[in-house]
Amino acid sequence: MIDLAQERPLLVAEHLSKAYGTRRACRDVSLDIHEGEVLAIVGESGSGKTTLLQLLAGRLMPDAGHIFYEMRDGSRRDLHALSEAERRFLARTDWGYVHQDPAMGLRMGVSAGANIGERLMAVGARHYGRIRATAGDWLQRVEIEAARIEDLPSTYSGGMRQRLQIARNLVTKPRLIFMDEPTGGLDVSVQARLLDLLRGLVAELGLAVIIVTHDLAVARLLSHRMIVMRDGVVVETGLTDQVLDDPQDAYTQLLVASILPA
Amino acid sequence: MSAADLAYNFAYIDEQTKRMIRRAILKAIAIPGYQVPFASREMPMPYGWGTGGIQVTAAILGPQDVLKVIDQGADDTTNAVSIRKFFAKTAGVRTTTHTNEATIIQTRHRVPEQPLQDGQILVYQVPIPEPLRWLEPRETETRRMHALAEYGVMHVKLYEDIARHGHIATSYAYPVQVENRYVMDPSPTPKFDNPKMNDCAALQLFGAGREKRIYAVPPHTKVTSLDFDDHPFEPTRFDAPCALCGSRAGFLDEIITDDRGSRMFVCSDTDFCDTNRRAARA
Repeated sequence: MIDLAQERPLLVAEHLSKAYGTRRACRDVSLDIHEGEVLAIVGESGSGKTTLLQLLAGRLMPDAGHIFYEMRDGSRRDLHALSEAERRFLARTDWGYVHQDPAMGLRMGVSAGANIGERLMAVGARHYGRIRATAGDWLQRVEIEAARIEDLPSTYSGGMRQRLQIARNLVTKPRLIFMDEPTGGLDVSVQARLLDLLRGLVAELGLAVIIVTHDLAVARLLSHRMIVMRDGVVVETGLTDQVLDDPQDAYTQLLVASILPA
Repeated sequence: MSAADLAYNFAYIDEQTKRMIRRAILKAIAIPGYQVPFASREMPMPYGWGTGGIQVTAAILGPQDVLKVIDQGADDTTNAVSIRKFFAKTAGVRTTTHTNEATIIQTRHRVPEQPLQDGQILVYQVPIPEPLRWLEPRETETRRMHALAEYGVMHVKLYEDIARHGHIATSYAYPVQVENRYVMDPSPTPKFDNPKMNDCAALQLFGAGREKRIYAVPPHTKVTSLDFDDHPFEPTRFDAPCALCGSRAGFLDEIITDDRGSRMFVCSDTDFCDTNRRAARA
């Protein structure tokens, strides 16, 4: 178990707000996440989950609020005070972003090996043999046959594409991964396998993960802590088991009650 | 040589436009490999026939210049003949087919075999100036990638070549990096010519008319072809010498000689081939 009191959080968000015109998608949200911790953001569609994730990942500028990140060198930096070059470097080395639709996160026109190798080449790897070997390793770690390394992602099934997208993100050994509904659109058995794989990788690599999902089962299986959002506001936060077993907020009670009994 | 046709300004383009193009050229020379946008004009020829190169040539051409125009290395192909006649008519400048006599050489997709000299200018006609276009279709994004020198995707392209073909199969428009900074498309010249662009004594100017971009490599500038440590850049090599002049030094074109599969390989640079043959006869 992680001792949260011992270390400084990896990422701290303070009073984040974002509006699209007059529609306020995210209102005064504060949160933090520690190394090795999995945080789930749950809520129904339109509750501002994805907006919050994009704010945290630096893909959207907040109207108000700050995000601080503990860099690898131990310095604490305001994300929005970083230069664009620094932010983009951070995003492709120390972070990962797993899209719901793998086609958004993959290059569909180049082979699986090149997809995994891209981040390595972006940080200066110039030895084809070593890049390919690393890509092969990662394919196996996400349970894809190494023989398919030269195949295009378009020849992969939905579940394989999602696993390839995860491998492509993990190759630079990031510390923080953002995931937007990673199991969305997959059938139940494929979902289960993906969740199993994710849980293994997260534990093995000590990854911090911020995962957006509307599926409470996914949250229960993967996350240590969760945040429940409604209309852009955090209505409840706490340890996952606590929130799901004893929801305090009326909306959370409704969400939990609406899970179909297995 | 006949006097310039007075119905046109010298070298066809008006002086204000030439000034605008010269400013873009100066900026391009100051930032080697950087694509400078310019207000490309309609020219009396279709896009893809060298409208970019012709504007650059018109902007730098003076009455004392001697112009050579080549198309795939040859002086006698349609594109080369028509552009050469165009400037002979509108500027009245002397034209030549000899590489060493020319002060300005406009080229479509070849660098002459004979080493270029100080004071010469090589003008390339460029169809697609953006080397990142293959992997990133958004212009806003490619500009940002150039600004931040994020060139990892260029190696993704080369990686994919090796994965599919076992070696880097890109044989023309082979991407280069200029002075360790900007990645540049050398226009669709064969990669055979890439080493000639490095530390070249002549000024190299690139004009893309449809895409409205000018870029440049100043004399004696470092031009490196991208590659992998374990798959280094290799210029194209030919098994046989030129069937006409016997040289092994030039880039060869395949010529089909009948409909039963006979063919011959001859120098693509016609001036180089002629010079060799004349030297052999003498």
